[in-house]
Amino acid sequence: MKALLTRDLMLAIRAGGGFGLGLSFFLIVTVLVPFGVGPQTELLSRIAPGVLWIGALLACLLSLDRIFALDWEDGSLDLLATAPLPMEGIVSVKALAHWITTGLPLVLAAPVLGVLLSLPIPAYQWVVISLAVGTPALSVIGTFGAALTVGIKRGGLLMSLLVLPLYVPTLIFGAEVARRGAEGLTVQAPLLLLAGISFGVIALLPFASAAVLRINLR
Amino acid sequence: MSLWEYANPVKFIRTTDKVLPWVWALTGICLVTGLVWGFFFTPDDFRQGSTVKIIYIHVPSALMAINAWLMMLVASLIWIVRRHHVSALAARAAAPVGAVMTLIALATGAFWGQPMWGTWWAWDPRLTSFLILFLFYLGYMALWEAIENDDTAADLTSILCLVGSVFAILSRYAVNFWNQGLHQGATLSLDKEENISDVFWFPLLFCIAGFVLLFVALVFLRTQTEIRARRTRALLAREGQA
Repeated sequence: MKALLTRDLMLAIRAGGGFGLGLSFFLIVTVLVPFGVGPQTELLSRIAPGVLWIGALLACLLSLDRIFALDWEDGSLDLLATAPLPMEGIVSVKALAHWITTGLPLVLAAPVLGVLLSLPIPAYQWVVISLAVGTPALSVIGTFGAALTVGIKRGGLLMSLLVLPLYVPTLIFGAEVARRGAEGLTVQAPLLLLAGISFGVIALLPFASAAVLRINLR
Repeated sequence: MSLWEYANPVKFIRTTDKVLPWVWALTGICLVTGLVWGFFFTPDDFRQGSTVKIIYIHVPSALMAINAWLMMLVASLIWIVRRHHVSALAARAAAPVGAVMTLIALATGAFWGQPMWGTWWAWDPRLTSFLILFLFYLGYMALWEAIENDDTAADLTSILCLVGSVFAILSRYAVNFWNQGLHQGATLSLDKEENISDVFWFPLLFCIAGFVLLFVALVFLRTQTEIRARRTRALLAREGQA
């Protein structure tokens, strides 16, 4: 399991593109928003938490097809399937690797990009906390989507269509935490619900992902 | 004699062939009665005027939009557990019908909302969750289309249906949290004191029955078509080999 994790991380870092791509995409989205809505500070600071969340979500989505596609093409996924590691474990490790290479950098980059959007000061900690709690859910749900569409050629667009509706609850609660934090309201309820979603999908969704991956490898 | 006999495609087609004319006839009777009664023989609402008559399309279609997904969920479960092909095909057949019902509910809701709320669309929890349900239907149908192998497609879509149901329910309550509603609460509950007036209720009952029957008829017909299409493909494949 550890070997698989290090292998995936190494591949993501050394093969180029994968690691920084999501981050650069996040940067581009946040830079484009002021061009779209205008540079007024008060408007930007009001929408900043939501924009950061949507940017993180899209950056996450963009890198999903890398989770299984390369391993599927060169056949190492078949090898992994015959390994003594259960499929649920493989899927969980893949999701973890995706989170470390995509989710974690996004969490760390969010406050820096918040400056560009003139994010209100009290919101910084809540944006970071909500992203830290919420992005694992994005990775796990995304792994399910990637497993679902792994056998389809050019399945990227289809995967977005399948995954985005599944992201709705996470986005609602995550953005709500950030928004309430920005306005200085209490964030306990949405934060607990967000954590509930994260832990729930981490616990349950790998079984579904493993099931669809088995079907696809049949 | 058990329910599972209908898992045999031949038996399914034979039975539904016998039943279908009756279902169509009943659908026609219910819909014509309900709609004519509802549109021409009910009074205007004292506040909403004649726009209240949109209810005869809006409520039944919204009801069927949700029930179609439930039916797909049950059919997917049967496919996963007992692997009856008719069940998987029925789930596939129901999806476009459900999607259209969702679209009808959204569209009639917009027509109703424009004069009543002064807006075509509001990010109200019910409206939003219906839009999300529509997206789920789209994804489900797209996945069916995208996969060439029939059994793989059936397996994957049924798991998507299960996972999607959980997330659809989650979204339903999440949007409640996110925004307060403009849409009225339930007025058709069986256990509440304050319900819709009987004058509107009886024709509405006919319309609901009509929509349920319409859904059943369409799903039967579409499942038959799916079975026949698959047979044709099998025959062609066999001829190609010979």
